[in-house]
Amino acid sequence: MTVLDHTLEELHHLLVNKETTAEAIMKAVYARIAETEDKIGSFITLTKEEALEKARAMDVAGIDPLDILSGLPIGIKDNIVTKGTLTTAASKMLEDFIPVYDATVMEKVTDAGMISVGKLNMDEFAMGGSTETSAYKITRNPWDLAKVPGGSSGGSAAAVAAGQVPMTLGTDTGGSIRQPAAFTGIVGMKPTYGRVSRFGLIAFASSLDQIGPLTRTVKDNALVLNAISGYDEKDSMSYNEATPDFTAGIEAGVKGMKIGVPKEYLQEGLEAGVREAVLKAIETFKELGAIVEEVSLPHSKYGVPAYYIIASSEASSNLQRFDGIRYGYRSPDAKTLEDVYVKSRSEGFGMEVKRRIMLGTFSLSSGFYDAHFKKAGQTRTLIRRDFEKVFEGYDLILGPTTTTTAFNIGGQVHDPVAMYLSDILTVPVNLAGVPAISIPAGFSNGLPVGLQLIAKHFDEKTIYQAAYAFEQATDFHKEKPNL
Amino acid sequence: MANIDINEVKHVALLSKLEFQEEEIARFTKQIDDIITMVEHLDEVDTKGVPVTTHGLEVASVMRKDIATPGMDRDELFKNVKTQQDGLIKVPAMIDNGEAGA
Repeated sequence: MTVLDHTLEELHHLLVNKETTAEAIMKAVYARIAETEDKIGSFITLTKEEALEKARAMDVAGIDPLDILSGLPIGIKDNIVTKGTLTTAASKMLEDFIPVYDATVMEKVTDAGMISVGKLNMDEFAMGGSTETSAYKITRNPWDLAKVPGGSSGGSAAAVAAGQVPMTLGTDTGGSIRQPAAFTGIVGMKPTYGRVSRFGLIAFASSLDQIGPLTRTVKDNALVLNAISGYDEKDSMSYNEATPDFTAGIEAGVKGMKIGVPKEYLQEGLEAGVREAVLKAIETFKELGAIVEEVSLPHSKYGVPAYYIIASSEASSNLQRFDGIRYGYRSPDAKTLEDVYVKSRSEGFGMEVKRRIMLGTFSLSSGFYDAHFKKAGQTRTLIRRDFEKVFEGYDLILGPTTTTTAFNIGGQVHDPVAMYLSDILTVPVNLAGVPAISIPAGFSNGLPVGLQLIAKHFDEKTIYQAAYAFEQATDFHKEKPNL
Repeated sequence: MANIDINEVKHVALLSKLEFQEEEIARFTKQIDDIITMVEHLDEVDTKGVPVTTHGLEVASVMRKDIATPGMDRDELFKNVKTQQDGLIKVPAMIDNGEAGA
């Protein structure tokens, strides 16, 4: 038992009651990182001296009893820009990029008194589901070092699961928070599109990207989302309404709540242990008083093809900014301006990123636009309507987060289609823009299984309420990997 | 098989400002063909009269007051520039006159 085994609320009380200090918590974080990082490899950059200095300053200033996250350590995915701290998006393209401004979420993190521990590993430009496309290192799953931690927020998930840091920020474009949370047995929330500002998030697919929290418990998660949400003039797609307190009413339970289970989410192809855990979760929700019924999201199976066209098209456009001129990698062999573009991009981007740029450019090119990009956009409308229809009669949708538990390192990375198809249960949520969480729901062959709860736009509160009730009724979140 | 042609892939590489080795182009052609074959499942979907969704949230155009605010300091912004001269970003010649250099 170390100080890090506490929830965020407990840590806050220890700080307010002067039973510990922000510096002691920060030292415990770095001690745990020193002990486990060789095995896990969660971080690209650590900012130890700066973090300890901030913690000491916080102790001197005193912890405000109303600032619940004040003085607590957080890890940041490396595609979120941090002023003065190396931000690579796990790409060689940004190997020496020091941002000159903070992302809006970083301003919010600072305003809430949280202290950044460092920058977390990920798939390059968030493109991947295993953290294996990082240009820097492989991150390993704390439950089994031969397995991937998922991706693209693999570092964010592994760091929390390994007890290195109590909370992290990740990003989710097609499942990149929920899938690694599922693979590592923690809580990961993809908020409604527009809930959290994307200003300062290195864009992958702008109509799908969202930043969200990864934590060990549901309430911890709600506390972090409270801190990072809100309208931002610098992101015109951010939601211009007041943010509710996501912890208010979190203990209200699920009695009478109507939960739909899409029959498409329990179809063949599901690992037996995953199916079993989800069926058990349904029983738990029924015992808690929820009404659980089968529903249908008929266009689910078209989510993956529509997603890969839309996400890659947006990525090919967003990644045009990496031209070797103003910042980022510039090829030493460039002799002409055209060389600067072509050689810098060809040497700076990894294969998966190039594959997506090529696919996106192809989909947007003359002759293929109608057949691919437009068709995908229309399918996206149908997928969104599927959700809207179910939410006319139900409060939540429940299903597995992933079809399998964590796979072997090196297992899928060479087969793009197999890798893409494993996103089948997460991408429809991004296409529809609705919020969804993954919470621990058991184990299959010793590896964590994630349960996904989806709500209508801007109804994260109902998700947290149900997730909290499930967490209180089960012990899965108390299990820890042996490291 | 979506029958993606190797020349199409070369053309897309040109548009993307990316260059590849011949064997990489061959591998990409096969992979993009596999991906497009997967994508062609969308042909089954009846999308007649269905509008295209391009945004994560239905938001009308957002306007703000046009108020001048200080921009970022130029020296700050130049911190990540590789080559500069007289406060400008220096790049190789746009037209190769034989004297170009980065």
